[in-house]
Amino acid sequence: MKASPLTILIAEDSATDRMLLSTIVGRQGHRVLAAANGLEAVALFESQRPQLVLMDALMPMMDGFEAARRIKAMAGEAMVPIIFLTSLSEEEALASCLEAGGDDFLAKPYSRVILEAKINAMDRLRRLHQEVLRQRDQIARHNEHLQNEQLVAKAVFDKVAHSGCLGAGNVRYLQSPYALFNGDLLLAAFHPSGDMHVLLGDFTGHGLPAAIGAMPLAEVFYRMTGKGHSLVEILHEGNAKLRRILPRGVFCCATLLNISFRRRMVDFWGGGLPAGYVLRKNGAERVPLVSRHLPLGVLDPDSFRDDYESYALKLGDRVFLLSDGVLEAQNEHDELFGEQRLLDVLDASRDPSRLFADIQQALQAFHGEARDDVSLVEVTMVEEGAVSRPPLPASESQTGPESWSARYDFRGPTLRDYYPLPHLLQLLLEVPGLRGNGGNLYSVLCELYTNALEHGVLGLDSSLKRDAAGFAEYYRLRAERLDSLQDGCVSVAFDVRQQPGGGRLTVTVEDSGMGFDPVAVLARERTAGGFSGRGMALIRQVSERCEWSPDGRRVSVEFSWATQA
Amino acid sequence: MSDNHLDRDVLNSLQEIMEDEYPVLLDTFMTDSEERLRLLHLAEHDKDAGEMRRAAHSFKGSCSNMGARTLAESCRELEELARRGELDESAQLVARIEREFAIVRILLKSERQRFPAA
Repeated sequence: MKASPLTILIAEDSATDRMLLSTIVGRQGHRVLAAANGLEAVALFESQRPQLVLMDALMPMMDGFEAARRIKAMAGEAMVPIIFLTSLSEEEALASCLEAGGDDFLAKPYSRVILEAKINAMDRLRRLHQEVLRQRDQIARHNEHLQNEQLVAKAVFDKVAHSGCLGAGNVRYLQSPYALFNGDLLLAAFHPSGDMHVLLGDFTGHGLPAAIGAMPLAEVFYRMTGKGHSLVEILHEGNAKLRRILPRGVFCCATLLNISFRRRMVDFWGGGLPAGYVLRKNGAERVPLVSRHLPLGVLDPDSFRDDYESYALKLGDRVFLLSDGVLEAQNEHDELFGEQRLLDVLDASRDPSRLFADIQQALQAFHGEARDDVSLVEVTMVEEGAVSRPPLPASESQTGPESWSARYDFRGPTLRDYYPLPHLLQLLLEVPGLRGNGGNLYSVLCELYTNALEHGVLGLDSSLKRDAAGFAEYYRLRAERLDSLQDGCVSVAFDVRQQPGGGRLTVTVEDSGMGFDPVAVLARERTAGGFSGRGMALIRQVSERCEWSPDGRRVSVEFSWATQA
Repeated sequence: MSDNHLDRDVLNSLQEIMEDEYPVLLDTFMTDSEERLRLLHLAEHDKDAGEMRRAAHSFKGSCSNMGARTLAESCRELEELARRGELDESAQLVARIEREFAIVRILLKSERQRFPAA
């Protein structure tokens, strides 16, 4: 095999040997640089960068050892093989050649055949080294590229995921900065009603594939929560979307919460994550929130089940969720951290503000090092007014319909299957003067609609909700009556008018139920002050005028606004 | 012809390698060797073991490449003496090298005459 031509530096002080060697090497097809001493050799190496060096050991001016050291230093990471030309026979001298960076020896008298073989062998070594460096650099470049991509993905994702309300004062959470790439997802947002939606998710797999599904799920969660959709609707949409776009075998274990500060309740749906807990104030009780469903993205929309559990919360009660990174932490004996160890930590932890630190400490003690795939979140029940909600994003446009009326009649099975509030809210938010009031509008609409449906059409007695057992009974009856609902109607009418200096909205809600005596109910609510009533106090507080018909089946509420300069 | 003053086989092989440059190689060796001898005398006069070792080493290398075996062997002995710093017998050895080179030089000159002058 004829090697490809190299540039070879020959450093030899004997003119005869230099000439002979130059000729042999030149005849083999290589380009020759000739130096008569070490200094010349170093200078030639610097200016011409030959790929291989044949170096005499004993030379005037600068000997071969020193020249070899300098050349190796100049070559840096590149491999420039140096073959020492020598008839040195003492071991000590040969060792000096190797110490100076020599890669091989060639004894005099020169043999053409051996010289050629050595040059070829050294060239192979040099190329191998070059290839290793090239591959190393390529791997480093790929790695850098990958990390950049992850940074970009993370930046994009942070924009989608962090528009939420994890920063609210009653929310505490812990997540590794790269949790996304462990497949963990934590979202929280205010519903227009003032409720808070929380989603803790864990996608199967790791890295970018696990992070990909988080984007659409976060988008569904924030868009639908912002528009006032219910937990159930978000579950259906999230499941259907993940099921449609994710490859088989990729899905999202998730827990969804709706926390209502006004009703002091939490609705819980669990699909595949470890049990969370309601932690009662002062450690009085611990209620497990056990997953009863398959993860999101597994079932087709027709088989998906949306039934959730509701728990009453008192001020100071906490809802605590965790990802499976906690329970699945392993120690060096391949033991899992497991639920019992977590419960022990929960039992032992006296200071709620230290709970996360206690869990992390326990994990570290068990596992030997901190883990980066642990997600924890805890929401505390507080007074409704204590959580500051960001205003709903106002539309860019300043124009919209300012004089119109509409009436909707929702009848029979539609009352069971369709939740019209997001649609109705969007309609009202088209009106320029109502933008920015979505929260109040939603709260009032929700209250009016729920009253009309539950107390009117379904004939449920709100006084049932006074204790936990009654609470459960109320929701059982609600589901039962909805299921068998055939007739019945809830009408919602809007009337939007311009008036001097602004505008006015009148909302009228009417139901087909038995009606009630508004005077008596209002009087009772004033004394009870509880959340079990018809929420009339809230309606009166938020709206300007509120009138019930004497039979209690129709209610009209008015909002007015001034045109902004 | 192959003898220890100048190996004929080595010369043949050098001619094959050098082709047209062969006479130049012969000229170079003769000029170079005279310079080495001068350096050897100088080192001997100065009793400079390091210089003598280097000159003997270099001379030894080119002699071995040219097939001047006896000369190369004498240079090796001198290099060894100089390395050990034993310069007592070096004058004798330098004289022997000079005599041997005179023989090699005659042989090379006749070899050189087979080719036109440079």
